[in-house]
Amino acid sequence: MTKVKSLADLKKMQEDLQAKLKVRERGTDPEGYVRIKVAMATCGIASGAKGVMEFLIDELDKRNIDTLITQTGCMGYCYAEPTIEVTLPNKEPVVFGYVDIRKADEIIEKYIKNGEFVEGIIPVNYESIDNN
Amino acid sequence: MHLLVCGGTGCKSSASDTIVENLKAELEHNSLEDDVQVIMTGCFGFCEQGPVVKVMPDNTFYVRVTPGDVKELVAEHIIKGRKVRRLLYENPETKEPVSDSKHMGFYRKQIRVALRNCGFINPENIDEYIARDGYSALAKALGELSPQQAIDIIKKSGLRGRGGGGFPTGIKWELTSKFEADQKYVVCNADEGDPGAFMDRSVLEGDPHSVIEAMAICGYCIGASKGLVYIRAEYPLAIERLKIAIKQAQEYGLLGLDILGSKFSFDISLRYGAGAFVCGEETALIHSMEGHRGEPTVKPPFPAESGYMKKPTVVNNVETYANVPVIFNKGADWFASIGTEKSKGTKVFALAGKINNVGLIEVPMGTSLKEVIFEIGGGIKNNKEFKAVQTGGPSGGCLTSKHLDTPIDYDNLIASGSMMGSGGMIVMDEDDCMVAMARYYLDFTVDESCGKCSPCRIGTMRLKEILDKIIKGDGTMEDIDRLRNLSSVIKDSSLCGLGQTAPNPVLSTLDNFMNEYLAHVKDKKCPAGRCKSLMIYKVIPENCVGCTACARNCPVNAISGERKQTHFIDTSICIKCGACIERCKFNAIVIN
Ligand SMILES: Cc1cc2nc3c(=O)[nH]c(=O)nc-3n(C[C@H](O)[C@H](O)[C@H](O)COP(=O)(O)O)c2cc1C
Repeated sequence: MTKVKSLADLKKMQEDLQAKLKVRERGTDPEGYVRIKVAMATCGIASGAKGVMEFLIDELDKRNIDTLITQTGCMGYCYAEPTIEVTLPNKEPVVFGYVDIRKADEIIEKYIKNGEFVEGIIPVNYESIDNN
Repeated sequence: MHLLVCGGTGCKSSASDTIVENLKAELEHNSLEDDVQVIMTGCFGFCEQGPVVKVMPDNTFYVRVTPGDVKELVAEHIIKGRKVRRLLYENPETKEPVSDSKHMGFYRKQIRVALRNCGFINPENIDEYIARDGYSALAKALGELSPQQAIDIIKKSGLRGRGGGGFPTGIKWELTSKFEADQKYVVCNADEGDPGAFMDRSVLEGDPHSVIEAMAICGYCIGASKGLVYIRAEYPLAIERLKIAIKQAQEYGLLGLDILGSKFSFDISLRYGAGAFVCGEETALIHSMEGHRGEPTVKPPFPAESGYMKKPTVVNNVETYANVPVIFNKGADWFASIGTEKSKGTKVFALAGKINNVGLIEVPMGTSLKEVIFEIGGGIKNNKEFKAVQTGGPSGGCLTSKHLDTPIDYDNLIASGSMMGSGGMIVMDEDDCMVAMARYYLDFTVDESCGKCSPCRIGTMRLKEILDKIIKGDGTMEDIDRLRNLSSVIKDSSLCGLGQTAPNPVLSTLDNFMNEYLAHVKDKKCPAGRCKSLMIYKVIPENCVGCTACARNCPVNAISGERKQTHFIDTSICIKCGACIERCKFNAIVIN
């Protein structure tokens, strides 16, 4: 791995990475990836987030849906774990709570394939400070 | 088109179920069921204005909707595309209706500063942290600021320690920077011992790099090249993520020798704690890291002068560190603009207990308890009555309904007889007995007292015994006086913060819930029906039909009676398990 040797290095790196992230964020990349974040803090894992993540990875692959699945930390909705955030291309992220395998399947079939909402949406109830 | 109806407990109790049904029926009536989908969601955190209905994709936000409004909503908004003005949220200041929820940021009580990346980035990927401005605060400090200038920024921001004491962070750094030594240390306190608290764990699991970056900045400010994280071994996931993060930072050269070509070197290693509450106290923590018993020592000398290995040491809490990079990136003034006069920024709380939305929240200092519990927290479970909330864990006190409007900050909480603590908030309802609650915390401190000083070792035990006596129904009025006296002795004469604060749960329940103590002592009753020794199970003869269900299910054969005759409970045998009440179909058994 290359070392970041100077402030200029870091700035350059930041720009590249931000550009990449923005493409993903805005969903403007031509391939139109679906992006899923699985909340994998202790609370999520204790409620079965690992199984859900594995299921999503396997099934989306089997069903030929190009998806970027990552883990992330606690979204704060511990009462509704496991929680996942799904971002369809050109859409705002949507958080789903109480996602077990059955719910995950429903989310793939209804929301990811057809853009239909399913029960269990958790409205984001906080402001996150943005970059700069 | 989508219609999102709030299915939080608050909204459900005001008929959001019926709203969903009516919406579906109305849409079907207009043959729109294929075009418009009705979905029940989790809590919008706006319970005061509920039930809430949000129309997507135009983000129209309707409040206080009733089942009777549905017809108009469908006819106007869905069919004709006109917003129903009377159902829109009204900006309390301008009295203007606000329709787009994007412009209603102010209804969101939460601002995530310390948690800014939690649940957003992948904590195991340093690139995602860097893309979110990660390590630019460190780069800025190293490249553009002298250590003193960097310290001044923290001082100006008004950041205070989030681990409980609330000591100004900038001043702590400045003090430590002034002591000359061949080696200094930066320590992160990740011991998090309050029962019910999980803020620090979540920060480390969700955004470990922010803590690493802040520790490096602190090292630059005070002239330390070594950092240590003291973390409890019960946090395996946080430990793993932290290890991965440290390794990645080392690989990128953001930890190690000559960081970013600045000649400044800094590295971090981990020390594991075995999960003793007292080891969260900074002097005990330092001794534990040195391989000694986790026992506190008298301050001064403060760690700033003589800490780890007798060298000048900064000890800060995880959440304190998590705020540091943002302060550099967004400016001290920005940070100081959030919060109250003497408490700046935000505070993360772990909401637990009898609350609907158990979870991790972050609110600006100065947010009221009411907003936290009834709006963000979605209110009390099962529509029960709110009784109290314990803040500050075993060192804190309880706040009651009369404190609901108090803005939460360090000073107000202390004035209300509690304290900020590290941020655990345990909510209690009408079914919780406050005497038993105080006893629970005393039980905890008795267990966790290290035993070094006698006021804490013996005193907390005596407090617990008196509480036990009261709970059993053997208490006297003198016992209540004794609780008060003993409490003040323990507070005044204990060696460290553990003993000095251990009586707080007793004192604050005495202050706020004297009537419950009196009920236990004088009437031999537990108003909440919690204390088993004070419960008596009784058969109401008029209701008993002699079905024998209770007698057959009593595990200790305490119930006697012939078929079709009134039954009788022998209270000397009864273990108060409640099996009889559950089985009785005639409401013939009551607890006195
Ligand atoms: C009994 C006791 C337990 C403590 N436990 C913790 C803890 O778990 N985490 C923590 O950060 N501070 C804890 N503290 C406070 C620390 O002593 C110290 O004040 C703090 O780590 C300083 O960091 P801050 O200024 O960033 O808050 C505890 C104090 C006492 C008296």
